[in-house]
Amino acid sequence: MKKYTYTEKKDTRSGFGAGLLEAGKKNEQVVALCADLIGSLKMDAFIKEFPDRFFQIGIAEANMMGIAAGLTIGGKIPFTGTFANFSTGRVYDQIRQSIAYSDKNVKICASHAGLTLGEDGATHQILEDIGMMKMLPGMTVINPCDYNQTKAATIAIAEHHGPVYLRFGRPVVPVFTDPDQKFEIGKAWMVNEGTDVSIFATGHLVWKAIEAGEKLAELGINAEIINIHTIKPLDEEAVLKSVAKTGCVVTAEEHNRYGGLGDSIAQVLSRNNPVPQEYVAVNDSFGESGTPDQLMKKYGLDTDDIISAVQRVIKRK
Amino acid sequence: MTPDIDKLTKLAAQVRRDILRMVHGCQSGHPGGSLGCADYFVALYFHALKHNTKFDMDGKGEDLFFLSNGHISPVWYSVLARAGYFEVSELSTFRKIDSRLQGHPTTHEGLPGIRVASGSLGQGMSVAIGAALAKKLNNDGRIVYSLHGDGELQEGQTWEAAMYASHNKVDNLISAIDVNGQQIDGSTENVLSLGNLRAKWEAFGWDVLDMNGNDMADVVRVLDLALAKTGKGKPIMILMQTMMGNGIDFMMHSHKWHGVAPNDEQLALALAQVEETHGDY
Repeated sequence: MKKYTYTEKKDTRSGFGAGLLEAGKKNEQVVALCADLIGSLKMDAFIKEFPDRFFQIGIAEANMMGIAAGLTIGGKIPFTGTFANFSTGRVYDQIRQSIAYSDKNVKICASHAGLTLGEDGATHQILEDIGMMKMLPGMTVINPCDYNQTKAATIAIAEHHGPVYLRFGRPVVPVFTDPDQKFEIGKAWMVNEGTDVSIFATGHLVWKAIEAGEKLAELGINAEIINIHTIKPLDEEAVLKSVAKTGCVVTAEEHNRYGGLGDSIAQVLSRNNPVPQEYVAVNDSFGESGTPDQLMKKYGLDTDDIISAVQRVIKRK
Repeated sequence: MTPDIDKLTKLAAQVRRDILRMVHGCQSGHPGGSLGCADYFVALYFHALKHNTKFDMDGKGEDLFFLSNGHISPVWYSVLARAGYFEVSELSTFRKIDSRLQGHPTTHEGLPGIRVASGSLGQGMSVAIGAALAKKLNNDGRIVYSLHGDGELQEGQTWEAAMYASHNKVDNLISAIDVNGQQIDGSTENVLSLGNLRAKWEAFGWDVLDMNGNDMADVVRVLDLALAKTGKGKPIMILMQTMMGNGIDFMMHSHKWHGVAPNDEQLALALAQVEETHGDY
C-alpha cells in the first residue's frame, strides 16, 4: 500500500475559497454570487479582492440561479455559492431550465454536502444531490476529496465551458493530495494500485478508503483505490481497466445509495463487465443531528464499513 | 425618428395571422396571450430594440429581450422571423418534430434570437437581471427588456427578482407584465388575485408605467418613456393592459383560448378578421 500522510486538516470549502480567488485573478470574467452564506462558503477573500465582481443575492436561491444564467450572457463565468441542499433540490427547476437546458456556463458550488454538515441535522444534510445533478444532460458533477483537490478543481472548472456542479463539505479533513496538482475533469486518480478489489471512492470517503486500504494490507488484501472526483463524465476506461484486474468493486460515497457514484459505477459494470459490487453509502434514509464522526459511523460510512464491504465482495467473486 | 404607427399596426396584423396559422398547423400552442402581445412585440423589435439579426449570444452593444412566459412563443417566433432572424417559412415547423421552433422557446436547437429557455414560469426576470448586471460590468450602456404574464406573478421567484432589482438599482432593465387578467383555470381574480399591481411594484421599489398594450401608438409612447427613465436608479415596470385573443372577436373576453388551437372553420373565421399585410409564410 502506497503511503499517504498528512500534516494538517482543512475543510474542502476553504479549498473552494482559495480556488475561487485564484480563478478570479486568472480571469476577469469570473464573478461570484452568494445567497447570504459568505462566511460558510469562504468567499471573503474573493469579495475583498474583487468587490465589483461579487453579487450578494440574499436568501433567494432561485433568483441566484437565474441571475447566474443571465450573467453568462455577456461572457461572465458565474460561481454560485450556498449549501448543497439549497444549490440543488431547492432550485432544481431553475438549474434545469435556465442553466442546463440553456447550456449556460454557470458553476454551481455547493458546500456542507452530506452527513458531515453535522449538528444542523437532516434538513440541511443533503444526500441526494449527486443523483439530481448527474441526471441533468450536459451537467458535469465533481466531488473532490481534500482542500488541495477542491482548490485545483475550482480553478479547473473556470476554464471548462459548460454547467458544473462542484460539491464540497464543512468539516476539516486530512490534506493529502499534491498542492500543485493539475486537476483534470473526468480523469480518475489512481490512489493505490492493487489486485484484489477496486475501491472507487469520492469526496470525504477517499481518505477513509486509504485508511481502509492500509488495514486491508495488514489482512493480506491488496486493494486498488481510485479517486473518482468527477462523477460525471465518469472515467469509464479507468473503471473497466481496474475491474478487469480485480474482479470486484466497492464504491464509497457520502450520499444516498440510490443515484450516487455507486449507481454510476454499477451502470458501467452492467453494460461491460458485470462483477460483484458492494455499496458504502447511506441506506436510503435521511440523516440527523450529531458530530460528523458520529454520523459517519452511525450511517455506515466509516473506515470499518469499507473494510467489511471489501471482505463481503471478495467472497462473492 | 418618429415611428410610423400605421406601418407597425399593419405588421402586427400579419403577426396575428402567423400566430393563428402556426397554432392551427400543429393543433396546439397558445394563441390567446400571443395575440394579445402582438403589438408589444412588433413595437419592441421594429421600434425600441437596438439589435442585430446576425445573432450573437452575448449581445454586447445590443439591447436584449427575455420572454419569461415562454408559452406565448408563437408571437415571438413570428416577430423574430419577420425581423430577419430566420426565414419566415420556418414558422410552418412550429411544434413539429425536428423543429427549432419548440413549443416553448429554447437555445437548445440553436434558434437565433433566443438566449435562454423559458416555459417553466417565474424564471425570466432573474435571467434578465443577470444579463443587465453583465452589461453594467461590461460598461455596455444598452438596455435589457423582459416580458412576464400576470398569472406568472403567482410564482414566488418573480418577487425575489423584484426585490433584488430595486435594492441593487438595476436601472437598465425595462420589464413588462401582460395584464390580461386570464390564466388557464379562469380569471386571475378568481384563481389567485393579484391585487393592486401598481401599488405592489411601487412598494417593491420599481418605477411603474401604464400602457394600453393593444394600442400601437400607446405601446410606442410608453416604450419611449420607459427608455427615458432608465439610468435613474430604479428598474422600470410597464403594466401592459391587453386583451387575450386581441384582434379576433370570438377569442376575446375569455380564458378559453389560452392554450387551444382553432379548427379549420375557426381559422377561416379568424383570418377573415386580420389583413394579410406582408404575405403569409
